[in-house]
Amino acid sequence: MQTQADSKRILTGTHFMLGNWAVAEGALAAGCNFFAGYPITPANEISERMSERMPQVDGSFLQAEDELCAVYALSGAALAGAKVMTATASAGYNYMQEGIGYAIASEIPMVIVDVQRCRGENFATQSDVMQMRWGASGDHEMIVLAPSSVQESFDLTIRAFNLAEKYRSVAVVMSETTIALMREKLVIPDAQNIDIINRQKPSVPPGEFIPFRAEKNGVPPLPEFGEGYRIIHSLNPHDEWGGIAWEPDVFEKLYDRITGKITNNLDDIIQTEGFFLDDANIALIAYGSETRPCLEAVRHARDNGIKAGLLKLITVWPVAEKQIRAVAGQVDTVLSVEMNIGKYAHEVERVCCGYCKVGRVTKNRGMIHTTAEIYRALEEVAK
Amino acid sequence: MTENPLRKYLRKGALPHFFCSGCGAAQTLNYFVRAADSINLDFDKLVAIGGVGCTARIPIYLDAEVLHGVHGRTLPWATGINLHKPELKVVIFAGDGDAAAIGGNHLIQAARRNLDVTVILVNNLNFAMTGGQVSPTTPAELKTSTTPYGNPEKPFDLCKLVIAAGATFVSRWSTAKPMRAIKAIKGALQHAGFSMVEIVCQCPTYFGRKAISSGEPIKVLEWIKDCSVTEKEAQKLTDEELSGFFVLGDFVNKEKPVFEGSSVNYRKEGE
Repeated sequence: MQTQADSKRILTGTHFMLGNWAVAEGALAAGCNFFAGYPITPANEISERMSERMPQVDGSFLQAEDELCAVYALSGAALAGAKVMTATASAGYNYMQEGIGYAIASEIPMVIVDVQRCRGENFATQSDVMQMRWGASGDHEMIVLAPSSVQESFDLTIRAFNLAEKYRSVAVVMSETTIALMREKLVIPDAQNIDIINRQKPSVPPGEFIPFRAEKNGVPPLPEFGEGYRIIHSLNPHDEWGGIAWEPDVFEKLYDRITGKITNNLDDIIQTEGFFLDDANIALIAYGSETRPCLEAVRHARDNGIKAGLLKLITVWPVAEKQIRAVAGQVDTVLSVEMNIGKYAHEVERVCCGYCKVGRVTKNRGMIHTTAEIYRALEEVAK
Repeated sequence: MTENPLRKYLRKGALPHFFCSGCGAAQTLNYFVRAADSINLDFDKLVAIGGVGCTARIPIYLDAEVLHGVHGRTLPWATGINLHKPELKVVIFAGDGDAAAIGGNHLIQAARRNLDVTVILVNNLNFAMTGGQVSPTTPAELKTSTTPYGNPEKPFDLCKLVIAAGATFVSRWSTAKPMRAIKAIKGALQHAGFSMVEIVCQCPTYFGRKAISSGEPIKVLEWIKDCSVTEKEAQKLTDEELSGFFVLGDFVNKEKPVFEGSSVNYRKEGE
């Protein structure tokens, strides 16, 4: 169901805003009315902002006793009809993995913000990129979006809500210390220019409703508690009626549908952005804050006659295989740029394998790459 | 044949249940529907929650909204539901593992907040579903699958724990006292705020066989009976004399403001 955002919630105008606050305002614009969180640096500004803003729009704010309480309170509230979000940082995300796996398997829409940190404090990193994908138990697909600016923190939080609601799944905003604690220009549009997607509700009364039978996109409609549908929501394998069933056929069919919701809708979910790629023979592939020095390095390279380009991954998971492969088929070399020991590089190498050479430009010391460092890597390849 | 009038509260096609014969958790399901029936509880507005374990299976049989399948996180679920839609009745069926071990912190925080939820704690004194391991409520010295030489730890008194944390309705009965158990559940369902009814119950399959050398449901029930004292009797005994006994009674029933979340103070500020 597509609607327009509610104008009371939206601070339309031009702001100079903190990245974490932009996430909170994005959530409000998307219709979030339940937030639960547990204190952790560098995500606290999101909780603090939500504690102030939720009551103003008849929403609920809960400071939970731990991350597990936060993530399960989201499940409960979401099934009671709320649009829900929590925010945490790397170590806190570990704790939430259990509840994230539950929400995916039980098809509960929720948005999780992970402000990645390292060295036990708020130092810059992108080291959670693999725990995002594979941390939760059980077979699953993930939707993970990586903002690279304050504006994208706002925009992608709205998008995360829309995808979570549309696909009845978990959508993660993979922020970073770098983005979260930065102040930048943020333009919040008018309510009528923000598209909001809300979960599909049943179109038939309780007696006729089959709760886990998919309609469009592999997604079953979701009623809320108290509307009389009396559904069993369980992590255990369940048939279309919600009955717990252990037969291998039931299990396989259920998980094919749950993972298929994502893998059959890649074109809707995946977003990338290309810069200077048309005639490039070297391409950088990066996501999040790292795309900023990457773009500067590419511009500098162009000034110096190196035909470099950048593929920015806005959707980090699922992998933009089609887009990466298109670049790989055109260039001689791809460089995977990351602020960690080289994690997503495994994906880039997998997808590019047989199409072009792949190199890694990694940095794992709590600091973002400088433009010069990336430029030097480009120069090295161009030699 | 006429159908049992309480059968209407059970989900169609859910029976036969999966409990072992003579299991106290199955009796608790019976107690709950009797209590619910006596107050005409609206099952359209009921969310029945189970975590993981034998007790956690109870809600599966109820024709209500059901949440199930994660160990120990029942109270966080309830907190989310309650804050967003306080008009719903939330009832948790928790075993001693869910409530006292993995979910212990959630239990005391919910009691402290006076969250409007009913916890029916089915205390079968061990981790039954996984094969009878020791739990935080297993009496001292008894043998279980993981205490082959006897339990070296002292058991948790969960009623005392939640009372200390601020619970506003607390009772403990056993499957040897079914009418009192039903009455306590009824009271808990009518109570506004955090209510907990602990039901000490028999697990003949594991606890019985390992701890008291009998897999006979009646023998385990008799053992529970022999180990039970009333609140009044307990007052005459020292802590040492009470060790190994279950104190039964309706301990707390008081009115306190229920948890409504942070918007309460926002509204007050606006007035």
